[in-house]
Amino acid sequence: MSEHLIEIKGVRHAYQTKAGPLPVLDGLELSIPEGGFAAVVGPSGCGKSTLTRLIAGLMKPDHGEVWLHGELVKGPKSIVGMAFQNPVLLEWRTILQNVMLPLEIVPTKMSKREQEERARRLLALVGLEGFEDKRPSELSGGMRQRASLCRAIVHKPEVLILDEPFGALDAFTREDLWQTMHKVKAEEPFTGVLITHDLRESIFLADQVVVLSGRPARTQYVMDVHLTGDRDIEHLYTPESAEALNILRRQIQIAQGRAGDEEVTQ
Amino acid sequence: MNLRNVLVPVAAIVIFGLLWELLVWANGWPNYVMASPSDLPPAYARYWDLFIVMGWQTLWRTVVGLLLAIAFGVFLGMIMGFSRTMRDALYPLLVGFNAIPKATVVPIVALLFVGDHNFNTILIAFMISFFPIAVSVSIGLSTLEPEYRDILASLGASKTKIFWKIALPKTLPEFFGALKVAVTLAFIGTNLMEIVSPHGRGLGALFDSGKTNSDYPLMFAVLIALALMGIVLYYVVVALEKIFAGWAERSPSY
Repeated sequence: MSEHLIEIKGVRHAYQTKAGPLPVLDGLELSIPEGGFAAVVGPSGCGKSTLTRLIAGLMKPDHGEVWLHGELVKGPKSIVGMAFQNPVLLEWRTILQNVMLPLEIVPTKMSKREQEERARRLLALVGLEGFEDKRPSELSGGMRQRASLCRAIVHKPEVLILDEPFGALDAFTREDLWQTMHKVKAEEPFTGVLITHDLRESIFLADQVVVLSGRPARTQYVMDVHLTGDRDIEHLYTPESAEALNILRRQIQIAQGRAGDEEVTQ
Repeated sequence: MNLRNVLVPVAAIVIFGLLWELLVWANGWPNYVMASPSDLPPAYARYWDLFIVMGWQTLWRTVVGLLLAIAFGVFLGMIMGFSRTMRDALYPLLVGFNAIPKATVVPIVALLFVGDHNFNTILIAFMISFFPIAVSVSIGLSTLEPEYRDILASLGASKTKIFWKIALPKTLPEFFGALKVAVTLAFIGTNLMEIVSPHGRGLGALFDSGKTNSDYPLMFAVLIALALMGIVLYYVVVALEKIFAGWAERSPSY
């Protein structure tokens, strides 16, 4: 029906608090084509996580519509995969069992053996070969995040929702994981939404960067990223990247209300 | 389990016994003031058949009371863990109930169900031990990070599935922590009833008859037997914890 896999139209949402309604989203527009990867950036507390819960169908917006694959989202769908800043692995399961968790919920045509093979292949893809039978507590933060990523895609979701998955990692580990993300995307194509605070991360990973305004958030600015081809960390240090980062940084300042109003109109 | 794990606690027990013996000997206390460890073997030898019969009575009633406390405590904890309203409603009631000294409830129960020795005793063991279990389960469930729920909920998993796959196993370490407290509490409950209720059974009644006859070695022998049973049951819980929640224990080298 629609040429976009994810379509968010005029979404408004407010949380009910003791002090009255607290609007978090106001006029949010977002569309991502099949195979697209959008990064959503914006000031802290502007409702980015609310956005992920809306797409996952974990909550309904007060106004507006969220469409997934030409279908109005009314509740949780098994076609999404999620990963958070906190890897939330289950401590009592091995890494392999953790990755296979979604297959115990989502109906699948894969046999038990195929499921395990797939999980093992994904773990190898993110560089966790040999750690299948370890417990999460035996892994480093970056490795746990890799396992969490495998769990998010093991059931071949149509939409991958990443809510600041690399936010708590150190800079080097983070760059490693960015490259892993590219590897995963090449092997296991997905349509994705990435919530992040890191502008470099947004242009390195996504092909579309959406800047949200401060609370209540609306779509303030959309930038298409053309760092196509084999993305390398070095691509972040080209003049084009520097310019893109500059534009985004200015947009964030506007979103935070730190820039003059006349700049908003340009 | 290596030799060291056995030797250290055994040595501690032996030292404790020696100090006790020394204390009684140094003060020159006679038998009717304070028994010493050397008085215990004759007491056990004289009443060994009573110890077996009554020890068994105490043990099975404690275990049944404890099992009931687990079933009810987990049920109550689940209700309070999942529903804020129920938590707000039940907590004050529960705390108030727990604050009542169970020694005062014993005569009430004894009169209420006069003659039903087994039922009385199990009821008190149950009443005294379900509280920590209910509280720990409710806290474990209500503090579950929302991301854990989201991971499964976003896949369309039902509430029951989320409970079995995530909430329940995640609560197990807290549950076993509470169970260790509940084990010893249940023994207290059983013995309170056995001592207070007339024509009681179990080690509590044996203790009571020792008191009536001023047989101090017998009284102390009962106390030691109770302690031994408590230790055994406690380590049964520890073993179960190792099996079902061993993952929560980090290896010391890590």
